[in-house]
Amino acid sequence: MTTHETNGEVNSSKKIEELDEVVIRFAGDSGDGMQLTGDQFTTASAMMGEDVATLPDYPSEIRAPAGTVFGVSGFQLRFGGGEVFTPGDEIDVLIAMNPAAFKTNLASLKDGGIVVVNEDAFTQRNLEKAGYSSNPLDGEGLGKFKIFRANITKLTQNALTDKQLSPKQVDLCKNFLALGLTYWLFNRSMDPTKNWLKKKFQAKPALLDANLHVLQAGWNFGNTAEMFTSSYSIRKQEKRKAGVYRYITGNTAAALGLIAAAKKSGLRLFLGSYPITPATDILHEVVKHKQFATVFQAEDEIAGIGSAVGAAFGGALAVTTTSGPGLSLKSEFIGLAVMTELPLIIVDVQRAGPSTGLPTKTEQSDLFQAIWGRHGESPAVVLAASSPRDCFDIMLEAATIALKYMTPVIVLTDGYLGNGAEVWHIPSESELPEIKHNRHTKTEGFQPYKHDPETLGRPWAVPGTPGLEHRIGGLEKEDGSGAVSHSPVNHEKMCHLRANKVAGVAREYAPTTVYGDPNAKVLVVGWGSTAGVIKTAVKKLNSEGTPVASINLRHLNPLPSDLQTIMKKYPKIVVAENNLGQLWQIIRAQYLLDVEKLAKITGQPFRADEIETKVHSMIGGLK
Amino acid sequence: MSTPTTPLTRKDFLSSVDPRWCPGCGCYAVLQKITSVMPTLGIPRENFAVISGIGCSSRFPYYTNTYGFHTIHGRAPTVATGLKLANPDLSVWVITGDGDGLSIGGNHFIHLMRRNVDLKIILFNNQIYGLTKGQASPTTLPGTKTKTTPTGVFDRQMAPMAMAIAAGATFAARAHDSDGELLTEVMTAAAAHKGIAFVEVMLNCVIFNDAAMDPMTNKATRSENSIRLRHGQPIVFGADNNKGIRLNNMTPEIANVSEAKDILRHDIHAEDTSLAFSLAQFAHPKMPTPFGIFRQVTGPVYEDNFKSTGEADLDKLFKSGTSWVEKG
Repeated sequence: MTTHETNGEVNSSKKIEELDEVVIRFAGDSGDGMQLTGDQFTTASAMMGEDVATLPDYPSEIRAPAGTVFGVSGFQLRFGGGEVFTPGDEIDVLIAMNPAAFKTNLASLKDGGIVVVNEDAFTQRNLEKAGYSSNPLDGEGLGKFKIFRANITKLTQNALTDKQLSPKQVDLCKNFLALGLTYWLFNRSMDPTKNWLKKKFQAKPALLDANLHVLQAGWNFGNTAEMFTSSYSIRKQEKRKAGVYRYITGNTAAALGLIAAAKKSGLRLFLGSYPITPATDILHEVVKHKQFATVFQAEDEIAGIGSAVGAAFGGALAVTTTSGPGLSLKSEFIGLAVMTELPLIIVDVQRAGPSTGLPTKTEQSDLFQAIWGRHGESPAVVLAASSPRDCFDIMLEAATIALKYMTPVIVLTDGYLGNGAEVWHIPSESELPEIKHNRHTKTEGFQPYKHDPETLGRPWAVPGTPGLEHRIGGLEKEDGSGAVSHSPVNHEKMCHLRANKVAGVAREYAPTTVYGDPNAKVLVVGWGSTAGVIKTAVKKLNSEGTPVASINLRHLNPLPSDLQTIMKKYPKIVVAENNLGQLWQIIRAQYLLDVEKLAKITGQPFRADEIETKVHSMIGGLK
Repeated sequence: MSTPTTPLTRKDFLSSVDPRWCPGCGCYAVLQKITSVMPTLGIPRENFAVISGIGCSSRFPYYTNTYGFHTIHGRAPTVATGLKLANPDLSVWVITGDGDGLSIGGNHFIHLMRRNVDLKIILFNNQIYGLTKGQASPTTLPGTKTKTTPTGVFDRQMAPMAMAIAAGATFAARAHDSDGELLTEVMTAAAAHKGIAFVEVMLNCVIFNDAAMDPMTNKATRSENSIRLRHGQPIVFGADNNKGIRLNNMTPEIANVSEAKDILRHDIHAEDTSLAFSLAQFAHPKMPTPFGIFRQVTGPVYEDNFKSTGEADLDKLFKSGTSWVEKG
């Protein structure tokens, strides 16, 4: 399906301008369906072979008062003909469904950018709610933008006059009018959305008809109204390699990755979790697939990981998913998994803290907690995903390490990755690697804490295995026998053993890759979700001749063994991260290197220009 | 070891580790009883798992030659639930205490009861923190002077039996450490129950709370201060079973058996929890403390909700939702 049917409509003689890429933001009230609209637009773009990256931005209030700036929900998307690494910084196009959405998003719009507003929503009452004393559309200072005033509400009503829907039902359709109009504006095929509607409203033909009708009405409006003089299309730069594709969020990718890891290891997936923003979507996804997984919604975060530890003891691929506050609550159990040397995956979809913080905003501030947030010497492996689709791959890696080394593995993603989406080249089951585990059934010479000389993993003898009955627990264990031991010598030995075991995981890593100019003077080091934005900045800087390169770390504990050697080659290094400098401190402490930091902690991801500015100032310092 | 040629005996269930409870501790009696019941159940030894939290009683798994997991404070029900869901063939026994199960683990206790997971939970209730050397627990009698309550406990006592029944326990029973016959009856019935089986064992802490339960457990006084519950029988107590329980406008009261015609009859299978819940609130000295089975009903078992259905095809799963083919 690389070729797409047209909409069955002939685009009017309006001219079509070609662009390389576009950043668009749909913004409206929480109840306006902006996330759905953005989601549909993304799918349609991805299916046209374009690359996409998304950034949903929604309020954490359950439902802020309609029309207020607190209730504005946004969905940003960058789509382009070449590779797209981030959802973009400033926006080219704003679709604003009400004055509050207009007000909160206008500052992000580039000069010359397009705004489509629902003029019908610019009522006296809505203007007041958004804090406007007069209609901004009539005011000064908008000359640098192309503003299109569309009567989205009225057009929707007109399109549905004979459909016998309630006023409320009619109002709920208006996002599809905006979508249809936007599809026209960017020459998208509407087929994916039409097919989605047909599936969604299979049992509700009246609503299906209404939505299809409104979608088309939006397209027609763009095509015929005198308002728009041209539409746009995306210049294709690269063709994707052959295969099956879908568009996927980080949370869905994580869910599928966990399921795949269980299947490829021949184990049943057990997910014990408690709902928490922004991690809950992983739970939502896995629970749909009973044939692969046992999903237990626990009474609290502690019970979530407790059940996972029990399932790990019982021989499952055990996982718990959470976000920052939940990770705090799980600390004691992670310590138990360290002590009992059980395979366990803890997924932390980080959000802005401390405490409840900003639940729907992204941050990378749980790194210290992941690495050190437990009492005692309690080492665990810590990995971080670099993109939404990497949330799939990293789960396979986490499972491989957890099962081979018999250790808890903490996987850090964040709200930006979890809710953001990109195009995913779907792998086939057969091309995914088999994952080995230490399940043990031989009675001869069995010792529960007999450690493998290379990995320092212990045998995994699960209840139900005849002749291997044994007891484990949180009390210090004697190396070998696993008996409770209070011996000082043994305790020291076991502390070293657990530390060495985790340190040894570094031997599994692929060599660290450096992106950018081979003769770089400045190295930007990031970890996890900053991969895309740093790459975007480095690419741009290199194209301007600025000697900079970058590393994205996915292995935070232990760090890759080649990292120090690589870093020593660069006169200047900066660590860019969405916290106050956690990896920065670790690198300074571990390697005694004088690295700089670029810390951003606004609840929003980096913008590429923020990285660029920092690099410029460092290069300037070298001259 | 899976299909023993000779029947399993109690010895098969004792590990090589010598129990290290204080001499005279009530825990010994429960260990003796549980390891006596286990071999009679027709379950291979490798299919037993004993899961505990933290406290004196939670040492228990080290002394049974089964699979065992000495977890963390208050959380044994969570580990046991995960284990049972991961492997429903196991016979899972949770060992907890009044501090572990009711204080730090109170939330898990309630949810374990309401879910009806098919596992046993034995609450060793000695009404004191023993391992940490004598602080008040949620079940310590008000007025008791402990290291943390030098002027006497002023928190009201928690009633675990009432909590369990209120939360929907399908099996709930109480025994004490000085009545072997009662312990056997209760443990055997608990072992046979399909669903959550809650057993409260009142036991004596000889060091930090000695004789706290003496009025109900001592042979000389127990008939006056306790009720032996028997299914289908009138709810009576006293030296010659001369006293019984009847309702006075929904409020239970003590009546003379020879005069009253309306002595309540015990019914462990009643779906309605009123009688069991009412009895669960009886406590010496206000009312005689009941022992035996309070409730035993059948209901859907939690782990049956997790049965795997459908074909586990990853390729199909990956392509669920909107996917498309590109020819390259």
